[in-house]
Amino acid sequence: MQYLQQFLFVLLSAAAIWLFARKAGEIRRNIFLGKDENLSNNPSQRFKNLLLLALGQKKMFKNPLVALMHLVVYAGFIIINLEVLEIVLDGLLGSHRLFLPFLGKIYYWLINGFEFLAVGVIGVCIIFLLRRNLLRLNRFIHKDLNGWPRSDANYILVTEIVLMSLFLTMNATDQVLQANGNEHYHQTGGFFFSGLLTPFFSGISDGTLITIERTCWWLHIAGIFAFLNYLPYSKHLHIMLAFPNAYYTRLELPGKMKNMPAVQNEVRYAMQPETAPANAPPPDRFGAKDIFDLSWKNLLDAYSCTECGRCTAACPANLTGKLLSPRKIMMATRDRVEAIGKNINLNKQFIDDGKSLLHNYISVEELRACTTCNACVEACPVSISPLDIITELRRSLIMEESNAPQEWNSTFSNIENNFAPWKFSPDDRDTWAVEA
Amino acid sequence: MRVNTMAEMMMNGETPEILFWVGCAGSFDQRAQKITKAFAAILDRVGYKYAILGKEEACTGDPARRAGNEFLFQMMAYQNIRLLNGYGIKKIVTTCPHCFNTLKNEYPELGGAYDVIHHTTLLQQLIDEGRIKLKEGGSFKGKKIVYHDSCYLGRANEIYEAPRKVLEALDAELVEMKRCRSNGLCCGAGGAQMFKEDEPGTKRINIERTDEALDTGTAFIAAACPFCNTMLTDGVKNRGKENEVEVLDVAEMIAASME
Repeated sequence: MQYLQQFLFVLLSAAAIWLFARKAGEIRRNIFLGKDENLSNNPSQRFKNLLLLALGQKKMFKNPLVALMHLVVYAGFIIINLEVLEIVLDGLLGSHRLFLPFLGKIYYWLINGFEFLAVGVIGVCIIFLLRRNLLRLNRFIHKDLNGWPRSDANYILVTEIVLMSLFLTMNATDQVLQANGNEHYHQTGGFFFSGLLTPFFSGISDGTLITIERTCWWLHIAGIFAFLNYLPYSKHLHIMLAFPNAYYTRLELPGKMKNMPAVQNEVRYAMQPETAPANAPPPDRFGAKDIFDLSWKNLLDAYSCTECGRCTAACPANLTGKLLSPRKIMMATRDRVEAIGKNINLNKQFIDDGKSLLHNYISVEELRACTTCNACVEACPVSISPLDIITELRRSLIMEESNAPQEWNSTFSNIENNFAPWKFSPDDRDTWAVEA
Repeated sequence: MRVNTMAEMMMNGETPEILFWVGCAGSFDQRAQKITKAFAAILDRVGYKYAILGKEEACTGDPARRAGNEFLFQMMAYQNIRLLNGYGIKKIVTTCPHCFNTLKNEYPELGGAYDVIHHTTLLQQLIDEGRIKLKEGGSFKGKKIVYHDSCYLGRANEIYEAPRKVLEALDAELVEMKRCRSNGLCCGAGGAQMFKEDEPGTKRINIERTDEALDTGTAFIAAACPFCNTMLTDGVKNRGKENEVEVLDVAEMIAASME
């Protein structure tokens, strides 16, 4: 029986890790479908961003109360996973509370600490569930989240509550079994929070208690493995990708738009034909029509997005009823990358599906509404830039499709011919100086 | 007041301390011309040796680039950089945050590296150095002023304090909107929106921002961008408050308060 449990545990762990690794590899491949962009300069500044933005959650603290609650869930979840190390080793070795003899009194304090965090996680997750579903915060009731994304958010919160409850119930039954003098259950000293639950389990036979304790143990670890494999399909993937995303975030001032050396050269060759190489290859596509034309960082952004909607809540266009929502830009990009990933899985390579990110996933009307104000970029706690994607798609619209509103075409021709966006004579440019 | 162009200065064998990049709005827009004149007057008064490019200046290409027309942007950048480098320009001041952003952040990798500052930063320096002296009990003393952050000065270039420091020197009551500094709300003009109709929606962005400014019960809305100025002036008119609330550039406020 004992060996069977160990065998099952090895099988479960191996399957969970293999499945996760396979999906992780797929996401990595998908991200690198984007164009190459070198973002490894200035590593010390990048490490600083990683520590401040991802680990320190600096931007979350724009709203301190919410940031604190988020920190409880985040820290709780990470730290409690130390306990998972013992659980995994117990599972593999068929032991029970393997670390207890080595740590002694420290073990008692550690588990009490974990329980404290578990209670914190449960409390905050309940508050978050209520906040998300009852408070009617605009960014949570927003139409971006209709359907799967809204359920996704709730599933995660419920799962965390269930996992933490299993952990506490497991410890509670363990303590009752200790008190009953069951040899297998080593004396740990009473744990405060699960100790409060022990009255519910008094008067139950040892056999039943062991069944409950083992069931909680199995469900807890199986739940963690299931959660691990749910992550890659969920918005919750941010708990992993926030770190690389903060590290690889652009370091330049947000106002600077990415240069297009191909266009820069085209203009130079036109102005100074003598600099043009004899057989220069024609430039590839201008701007981005699909995810292949975006940078890999844009695609990492899309996978790092947890759909919190702080960007959309700050977007002047969205606030005034326009179709544009920066969060939806990120969700659409991830949806498109995932669709292309599936296409590749199925066909071994990408077979044109007659769709593209531009038009099929993100409409012209959305792109046209952007004021490039950088509010979405500033608002994002995990260093995502929806603006970068918007401007790349705009470049494709204008330069590949000549798709511009009539007023913009006039603006362009004015800039080109009169050197100002309005139809004034360049000779009048310094008229004000004469008046002055 | 005499405004010299680079060409004139060059002809006289002179070099200015700084080039005043006026920008298209500052050159042609009637409202923005007043800002240009006010800033030029300040430079003149403190004896700052400056020049403009005059008829040779051309759009930096910012609206074209933001709209997606990189070709047009690169053409404008190419011409402007040749001109600026030809004159050996080292330092540029501009009253437009969009020109400021493009000249400062986007021209260097195209071959045009200059020391670029926004006029609010220069004004702060001149006040700190005591070169700008303000009247005792100027017309803004004790009055409420709310400062609207321009996106291209604020979030884009992280300049939040200089314009506020300048306004503090006016001895006025500086108030803030809830969305200020890095959380500031756009006026609605950026990204070439200035040059087209709004997309369908429920409200105009400039009205949303103006309402927020009016809610503070302010007497003056201070802007540091000619486009923000236009948007907010339109907003104030739309709400019928033009007799109670005035939208002014930081430079206009200083020019009106100098000894």
